[in-house]
Amino acid sequence: MSTRLQTGGRLLDRGRRESFTFNGRRLTGYAGDTLASALLANDRMLVGRSFKYHRPRGLVASGAEEPNALVGLGRGGRFEPNQRATTTELFGGLQAESQNHWPSLEFDIGAVNGRLARVLPAGFYYKTFIHPRPLWKHVYEPFIRKSAGLGKPPQDRDADRYEHFHVFADVLIIGGGIAGLQAALAAGRAGARVLVIEQTAHWGGRAPVDGVRIGGAPAEEWIARAVARLEAMENVTLHRRTMGAGVYDHGYALGYERVTDHAPETDAPRHRLWKIRARQIISATGAIERPLSFAGNDVPGVMLASAIRDYVVNWAVSPGDRTVVVTNNDDAYRTAICLKQAGLEVPVIVDARPRAEGALPEAARALGIRVETGRGIAMVMGGKRVTGVALCAQAGEGAVLEQLPCDAVAMSGGWSPVVHLWSHCGGKLLWDDAQAMFRPDVARAPTSHDGAPFVSAAGAANGALRAAETLADGDAAGRAAVRALGLRAPGGAADRAEAPDEAPLLPVWMMPQGAGEALRMKMWLDYQNDVKVSDLQLAAREGYESVEHAKRYTTLGMATDQGKLSNINGLGVLSDAMGEDVPRLGTTTFRPPYTPISMGAIAGEARGGLFQPLRRGPIQRWHEDNGATFEPVGQWRRPYCYPRGDETRAEAVTREVRNTRQAIGLLDASTLGKILVKGPDAGRFLDLLYTNMMSSLTPGRCRYGLMCSENGFLMDDGVVARIDDQTFLCHTTTGGADRIHAHMEEWLQTEWWDMQVHTANLTEQFAQIAVVGPNARALLETLGGMDVSREALPFMGWADGRIGGIPARVFRISFSGELSYEVAVPAGHGLAFWEACVAAGQAFGLMPYGTEALHVMRAEKGFIMIGDETDGTVIPQDLGLGWAVSKKKADFIGKRAQERAHMTDPERWKLVGLETIDGSVLPDGAYAVAEGRNANGQRNVQGHVTSAYFSPTLGRGIALGLVRNGPDRMGEVISFATIDGGLIGARIVDPVFYDKDGEKQDV
Amino acid sequence: MSDPVSALNGAAYDGVVRVEELGLRGMITLRGDHASVAVKNAATGVAGVDFPDALACDTVGERGLAWMSPDELLVLVPYAEADRAVAAMQAELAGTHSLVVNVSDARAMFRISGPAAREVLAKLCPVDLSPGAFGPGDFRRTRAAQVPVAFWMQADDAFALICFRSVAGYVFDLLKTAARPGGEIGYFPAGA
Repeated sequence: MSTRLQTGGRLLDRGRRESFTFNGRRLTGYAGDTLASALLANDRMLVGRSFKYHRPRGLVASGAEEPNALVGLGRGGRFEPNQRATTTELFGGLQAESQNHWPSLEFDIGAVNGRLARVLPAGFYYKTFIHPRPLWKHVYEPFIRKSAGLGKPPQDRDADRYEHFHVFADVLIIGGGIAGLQAALAAGRAGARVLVIEQTAHWGGRAPVDGVRIGGAPAEEWIARAVARLEAMENVTLHRRTMGAGVYDHGYALGYERVTDHAPETDAPRHRLWKIRARQIISATGAIERPLSFAGNDVPGVMLASAIRDYVVNWAVSPGDRTVVVTNNDDAYRTAICLKQAGLEVPVIVDARPRAEGALPEAARALGIRVETGRGIAMVMGGKRVTGVALCAQAGEGAVLEQLPCDAVAMSGGWSPVVHLWSHCGGKLLWDDAQAMFRPDVARAPTSHDGAPFVSAAGAANGALRAAETLADGDAAGRAAVRALGLRAPGGAADRAEAPDEAPLLPVWMMPQGAGEALRMKMWLDYQNDVKVSDLQLAAREGYESVEHAKRYTTLGMATDQGKLSNINGLGVLSDAMGEDVPRLGTTTFRPPYTPISMGAIAGEARGGLFQPLRRGPIQRWHEDNGATFEPVGQWRRPYCYPRGDETRAEAVTREVRNTRQAIGLLDASTLGKILVKGPDAGRFLDLLYTNMMSSLTPGRCRYGLMCSENGFLMDDGVVARIDDQTFLCHTTTGGADRIHAHMEEWLQTEWWDMQVHTANLTEQFAQIAVVGPNARALLETLGGMDVSREALPFMGWADGRIGGIPARVFRISFSGELSYEVAVPAGHGLAFWEACVAAGQAFGLMPYGTEALHVMRAEKGFIMIGDETDGTVIPQDLGLGWAVSKKKADFIGKRAQERAHMTDPERWKLVGLETIDGSVLPDGAYAVAEGRNANGQRNVQGHVTSAYFSPTLGRGIALGLVRNGPDRMGEVISFATIDGGLIGARIVDPVFYDKDGEKQDV
Repeated sequence: MSDPVSALNGAAYDGVVRVEELGLRGMITLRGDHASVAVKNAATGVAGVDFPDALACDTVGERGLAWMSPDELLVLVPYAEADRAVAAMQAELAGTHSLVVNVSDARAMFRISGPAAREVLAKLCPVDLSPGAFGPGDFRRTRAAQVPVAFWMQADDAFALICFRSVAGYVFDLLKTAARPGGEIGYFPAGA
């Protein structure tokens, strides 16, 4: 059984007991425990079920690489699935649940899948469930989804807050082990701005556990001194609980800080995403121990050798009373020695190598531990817990030589440097034959904008696994980084680390070497995704030669741990099966994040009211206070209409249209784009930008203009006012303001940089209020201050002045067909002007109207709307706007495109008005059907509806649409298809339904 | 005539820093050749400060000049003086290709003050805010979360930040969120 030792535990605070629950059962641990160490201390080795076969699974590791111990943490708004118990710091009141079991962890019905393992090999789903096709959707998939899968998604709104933090550093060091700390000392002493982030709550990595001595003292003392020295440097920042999640182009890196995961009741952001710009990045991320592939290596109680000594040294937890150590290297002997020194039994060290005569094996023998070389494990006995092992010859086929009872197995297949962060941005790897591992190829480092390397690896992450090399490598990396920055590396030598020499390991991809099918089917590579040695061998036999294909076929390395334990072993198996060298196969791609990060951290502050910016105009509050209902227009919310009493929205729109046409309406048009264009070449510039002529406009006058893209398609429209000889004010659509301003600047800066033109976006400087209707002039005259008579301010003119004491620029323009003034006042006066209009307007029957009434009135007048009549494929000529496309100008943006054959095709769909025969409103977007069917068996079409409304003025449905040869077919009735399969007949009519001669707007 | 109002009417929040909307400020966009003597004189004449270097500003009280781009300046004056200042600059630049326009009402200005001000801004803006990289006299156009802003340091521990008027509420809420107690990091040296 696993239990807490009486003494020890360097990370424990035995003075603070913390209680927590696992699957509802109340357990206790100490402050300083991880959830994993606390579970082991309570003899909870079984922590989950595997993904596919629902095999019982126990803790394997002690850190970020843990594949099995995934739990659901918390409740309600703080529930989160798939959290690794090994990286979860224990706190009082922690609630954890195991996953992927039904009905209970101990008794799981899905485990029957395990008995079916023989018929569920790699690619089983692909092969079996592909026929008959309909069964996949209705039978196979629902069943598989129920039996497979990990944690459940949270159901409640996240109760926590999250944030981002932008920092800049000369040197970012990822990993606070001895290599990272030494690199920081070197870089910090050189004066560089250094940021060191460490994913755990502790500095120093695993050197203290491994008994390393530095500068003649235990590593722990050196670490404390190094941290103190670094903390004293103003130019160095140390930050714990922050994982280096990803490295990106040009020195950009993400750090994932788990601020309150260990103290969830704190009023602080739960996670913080550090967005780091670093000139040099040092990846000192350590190494991960590899499992060995022997039959039954997934039985709870089989753990990584390094993890077992972590549990003993860090948390005073003994994973078992009798632990068999199985290894292909010297390092695992440390675990045997550590267990023995803790008073625990190590019946045997099984070493696959023919000889083991290094310092560590000798030390183990000196402690009286039996060492068997040339041996392997044939089979682990036990179901939910290891009960014993059967030994065999590593060189044989697995004939059992001896059986030994034990309750834990410590395995070590060697170490793999954590090369993820090195690789994220293009760092290449080389295969180190001596240590059987991939390590960074310094000659092929990730490079920045200048072609120079910006990432280096240090310590174990660089393949420097022995402590003496680790520390020296960290020092070298720190010095190289500051030299790359043009700083002087500090003088003086780093402290020396001492650890026993180690003999070379023997690569072991399968144990025993000649294992037959029965054993290979029990050798797990990927614990989380249930991928075995036999699956990879099958994939190789079936021709999956690419490691990327083999990964996807077998799902090796595709789980939440992304193959941190399994990938290299899988490669070894694949290379053996194919008779290829490991380096020839290469690795799968390392992609950020290193371990999963929360969606909350990615979103940061962008949730709730801050999910996206809401733009508020100066009159917004009035609209809200006066019952407006809103519609989104870009990031604005514009009043759609202002329902009164129990009016429906449709009734309100009808009332607003009628009132505006008969009396007076008020529209908040503040969101319209307003771009000032000034300079000696402003006229020439606008002539190129708009399809029609703007340079001929005289000061004091306005002109409607169209803007097209280079491809000739209509992209925006609006009224241009000439302010003076060199100055124009260009109105754009609401959605076009920023886009058109950028369009202007792009042409000025990249193509026509020789033109003397400046622009300024004044959209928000002014509130713009449309005073519309037969009584509009009377209202402005009542407010007083300007002559707005027909003579002083004719249609399509503008004038500056003051109205009601407020500085105003008044445009005589109309988008409704009525007498209309658009009054621009400084935004700070917008609300006051609006309220003045409302107050004085009561005598004239004034009502505000919203965007829908605006739409209805413009459609009654046959005015187009960008985004309704246009969709990116429509040219002005399609819309009967050929009059606004200059034939005289030598050039304008879109001119050449509009002369291409397809654009001048007489068969293009063109704008017409549509009147339904029955007076109903056509569905927006409905297609006009034509005779016959196309090659796909669909009805042919000859047009579609672009806008459709109920016209209060005409008392019937009206629509605008694009119809083939439409303008030549006036009076013809065509049919529009409805979604329910019906047809609506509509007559093609002139698109101007109301006041065709424009008499009402020009009074 | 009514008094003009700013976007948030001087709203304020006290968290780990104080965030306050500063009410109406005079802001003028001046686009022109920075090398032109006429442009320099027009700008410095109304602002009463030195012409700023790239990425810098010079402010005294409500007056100042800020470098917006290689051909754009932000001229700061009291709100009530903006129209007069525009007219004065336009007159001075009559023969010089330039654009001078009052944008006071298009903007909102905030003050973020307190020892944690650098940290609060660094939660929202991708700018190097360490004392060695950003101090009084520096000016940066950047973004706060999803909208454009610009800011400068007025004095130790205090920043002025401008944004478009329509997103003043969004920016105020952003600053409040970033300034909420409990989120302190202590990344930048205190008082720097």
